[in-house]
Amino acid sequence: MADKIPVLKERKNFVATRNACKVCSPLGGSIAYKGIKGCVPVIHGGQGCATYIRRYLISHYKEPVDIASSNFSEESTIFGGEANLSAAIQNVITQYKPEVVGVCTTCLAETIGDDIGQALRNYKAANADDKSIPEFVYSSTPSYQGSHMDGFHETVAAITKTFATKVELNEKVNIFPGFLSTEDLRMLKDILEDFEIDYIMIPDYSETLDNPVWDTYHRIPDGGTSVEDLKMMGGAKASIEFGPVLNRGNLAGRVKNKDLALTGAEYLEKEFGVKKFGINIPVGITQSDELFEILSDISGKDIPKKYTMERGRLIDAYADGHKYVFGKKAVVYGEEDLVIAMTSFLDEIGVEVILAASGGNSGILKNEIEKCAPVHGKTTEVLGDLDFEKINELCIDMKPDFIIGNSKGYYIARELNIPIIRVGFPIHDRIGGSRLKHIAYKGAQENFDKICNAMMEYKQENSEVGYKYI
Amino acid sequence: MSKYIKDRTPQIVTIGEDQHDLACEKKSVAGSVSQRACVFCGSRVVLYPIADALHIVHGPIGCAAYTWDIRGAMSSGPQLHRLSFSTDLREKDVVFGGEKKLYSALTELIEAYKPKAVFVYSTCIVGVIGDDVEAVARQLTKETGVEVIPVMSEGFKGTKKDGYKAACDALMTLVGTDDDYVAPKYSINILGDFNLAGELWILSEYYKKIGVEIIACLTGDGRIEQVRRCHKASLNVVQCSGSMMHVAKEMKDKYDIPFKKVSYFGIEDMSDALYEVAQHFNDPELMANARALVSEELAKLIPALQPYRQKLEGKKAAIYVGGAFKAISLVKALRLLGMQTVVVGSQTGNKDDYNLLSKICDKGTVIVDDSNPNELSDFVKQTGADLFIGGVKERPIAYKLGLGFCDHNHERKEALAGYVGMLNFAKEVYASCMSPVWKFIEK
Ligand code: SF4
Ligand code: SF4
Repeated sequence: MADKIPVLKERKNFVATRNACKVCSPLGGSIAYKGIKGCVPVIHGGQGCATYIRRYLISHYKEPVDIASSNFSEESTIFGGEANLSAAIQNVITQYKPEVVGVCTTCLAETIGDDIGQALRNYKAANADDKSIPEFVYSSTPSYQGSHMDGFHETVAAITKTFATKVELNEKVNIFPGFLSTEDLRMLKDILEDFEIDYIMIPDYSETLDNPVWDTYHRIPDGGTSVEDLKMMGGAKASIEFGPVLNRGNLAGRVKNKDLALTGAEYLEKEFGVKKFGINIPVGITQSDELFEILSDISGKDIPKKYTMERGRLIDAYADGHKYVFGKKAVVYGEEDLVIAMTSFLDEIGVEVILAASGGNSGILKNEIEKCAPVHGKTTEVLGDLDFEKINELCIDMKPDFIIGNSKGYYIARELNIPIIRVGFPIHDRIGGSRLKHIAYKGAQENFDKICNAMMEYKQENSEVGYKYI
Repeated sequence: MSKYIKDRTPQIVTIGEDQHDLACEKKSVAGSVSQRACVFCGSRVVLYPIADALHIVHGPIGCAAYTWDIRGAMSSGPQLHRLSFSTDLREKDVVFGGEKKLYSALTELIEAYKPKAVFVYSTCIVGVIGDDVEAVARQLTKETGVEVIPVMSEGFKGTKKDGYKAACDALMTLVGTDDDYVAPKYSINILGDFNLAGELWILSEYYKKIGVEIIACLTGDGRIEQVRRCHKASLNVVQCSGSMMHVAKEMKDKYDIPFKKVSYFGIEDMSDALYEVAQHFNDPELMANARALVSEELAKLIPALQPYRQKLEGKKAAIYVGGAFKAISLVKALRLLGMQTVVVGSQTGNKDDYNLLSKICDKGTVIVDDSNPNELSDFVKQTGADLFIGGVKERPIAYKLGLGFCDHNHERKEALAGYVGMLNFAKEVYASCMSPVWKFIEK
C-alpha cells in the first residue's frame, strides 16, 4: 500500500511555499487579453512560462488557448529581449492577423529591465508604412510582484489606459467584472441587456474562452470587446467595478514601487470623470441586490420581473434548505475578491466561515470580511499569503464540515473525508468549470443547492440507516 | 506552405511530396505558440517521480505552481514528491538575491520532512540574479547530512532536451554512491519509464517472470537508494523518449554497463523489449521464459483486440507527442488496430527518429517537428484524420474540430504500456473514435 501524502504533526510557518494557493501574474494578464476582440496575448519571457500557462488554462476551459511566447534565449538575457519580442510580434501577425497584440511580461523580462513601451514604439516606427499593423497594449506582470489576480487587474488597467480617450459623453456603461467564469459573464450580459443598458465589458472572454464547436479552426476565437468600444470608455455615463481588492493583492510585498496603480474604473473616474460604482462580486442575495439597485438607478428602469422572480424562488429555496446548512462550519479559499464574496454569501445562509484563506496578500481581507459577513465575520480567521499545506493543516485542526474553493483543495477534503464545493478557478478535475455560476440570484441558487445537497449526501452516506427520503 | 511561419517550413515534410530532409533539434521560433515547454520542464519531468526526495523549485511561484501534482507518476511508498515546494521569490529577493531565502527554506524543510535527498531546480530568474545555488547546496549537504543536489534548469538556457540533460547530470551525482550492494545474477535498470498509471509495475512483473531483477527504475517509483546502487546492474534498458540517454551513455563510459533502447508500447515493441533482455544474458532458460510469456499474453490479447480492430479498420490517426520514439511505437500500435497514421510529429525528435518515421509511414503522411496549434489543426483537416493522439494542449484542438482524442502524455491516468496497455489503448481509441457525439459536428 502506498503511503499518504505526508502531513506534518508539528505546526509552524515555513519560509518556503508548500503547494501554492495562487498562480502567476502573466496567467491573469493573458485571460484579460483574451477578453479583447481579435487579441493575441504574447508573454515576453521564456518559452516555459507561456506553455505552462496555456496548459493550465486549457485544463480549466477545455478550449484551445493560444498564447505566444517571445521565447528568450541566453543572448536575450544578456542583450535584452527586444529582438525576440519583435520577432514574436512579427510571427504572431503573420500567423494570426490579430487586431490587437497584448504583451505581458514575465519575471525574467522584468528582472533584466526590458522596456516594453520603447520596444513597441520601435516596432511601430520600423513598420510605419504597414497598414495591417495591429494595436498594441502591454502590462507589467512580474510574478514576484503578485499573483494571477494582480496580473489580471494590472492588465485590465493597462487596457483601459491604452484605449480610453476623451470622447463625447455617451450612453454606455463600463463594466469591470473582475475574474469571473465565462458563464457568469454571459449571465451578467443578459442582465445588462434586460435592463437595456448599452455596456462595455472589460474584459469579456465569455466567448473567446468558451466556444461552440467549429467546422474550421479559428486562429483567433470570435468574441471579446472591440477596440472601437474600448475607445468609448472615457465618455461612458458610469463604471461598475466588482471587488474591493482588485490589484491590491500584493500591496504588502512591494519594494521598489509602493504606489498602487489605479484600477480601470478609478482611472476613468479620475481622468474623465466617469462615475464609479464599486461593489463586491455579487454572490448571494445581499450583494446581488446591490448590483440590481445600481443597474436600476443607472438605467432608470425597474428591476425586470424575471429577476424579482429569481430572487423570490431563491429565498423560497433558502427557506426550504436552511436547516441543512445552519451552523455548518466552512473553510473558504481562493482569490481574495472571491473569498470575500463567498464568505458574505455563506454568512447570509447561516454557515459559519471559520477560515477565509487566500494566496493574495492585500492586507484588507480581514476588514472587508468583517464588513460583509455581519453574523460570523468578526470571529472568522482571515489569513492572506497562505499556501495549501498551511490551509490543510488548519483544516485538520479546525475540522470544517466542508471546504469551498477551486479544485486544487481536493486533496484536503479527501483526507478529511468532507465535501468540497468547487467554485472559482481552476477546476482541473471536473468538466464544466467554465459553466459554473457564481453571481446574481442564479449563481446563489446553484451554490445553495450544491451546499445543501452536499450536506445531505454526507449525512446519507455516513448514516447506518441509509434513508432515501430526507 | 506559406500560411505557416516561413522559418518553420524546413521542419515540415510530406512523404512523397517534399524533398528536403526534416530539420529538427532547433530552438522554437519566437511567437510560434510552440507546444514545448522549457529546460526546467524537461528536468522536472524526469526527476519528479523520485518519491522520497524533496523537490524544491527555486524561483517565483509560477514555475512550481504549474507543475504541482499534475502527472500520473505513481509511487508504491512515499509520496513526498507530490508536494510542491517553492522559494516563491518576491520582489525583495529579486533585488537583494535569493540565496538566503533558499538556505533557510531548505533548512526548515529538511528538518521537517526528512527527505532522502533534495533536488533544487533553478529557474530562469535565478540564472539572471546570479544566486550561487551550488554553493548553497554544498553548504546544506554539509550541515544536514542530506544530499542537496542542484539542477541547473534555467528555462531559457535551451530546450526541454537540455532539461533532460540537466536532470541526468543531477542523477549522475548519486549513481555509484552505494558500492556495498551486491546485485542478483540477472539484473537490469529500467531507464526512462516514469511509472505513469503504474506502468512500471506491469513491466517489472514481466521481467520478473522471465527471471530478471530490476535494481532501479530511473525514475518511475524511484527511490534515492536505488539510484545510488544502480551502477551494479548488468544492463540498462532505456525506454527511448530520449530523456535518459545521457545517463545510459555515462554509465556505459563510467561503469561499462551496456544499454539497449526499447519501447513498451504495442505488441511488437513490447515483445522485443523482453527478447532483447533475455538475449543479452545469453541464458536459454530466460529466452524460453520470455517466449512463453509472450505467447501466453498474445493468446489473451489478440482475440481481445479483434472486436476493436473490426470497428477501427481504415480509420486515420494524427500523432503529436513529446518524444519521437514513442511516435514510432504508436504508428505500429495503430497499424495493429488497422489504422493508418496520416500526421506524425514530436516536440523533441532527432534526425534518426524522423528518418525511421518516414520509412515506416505511408506516402502522403505529414511529418513535423516542434509544431503549433495552427499547423496541427490544418494538418488534421487536410488529411481527414479521425483521431488525434497527443497531450493536454492538443486535446481541445481535436475536440473543437470533431476528432476523437487519446491522451498519451505525462498526465495520463490509463496504463498504456505492455500487453494490457495495448488493450487499454485499443479501448481508449475505440471509445473516442466510435462515440456517437461526433455526428453532431459537421466536418
Ligand atoms: S512565475 Fe514568473 S518566471 Fe515563473 S512561470 Fe510565472 S512568469 Fe514565468
Ligand atoms: S521562468 Fe523559465 S524555468 Fe520557469 S517556466 Fe518560465 S521558462 Fe521555464
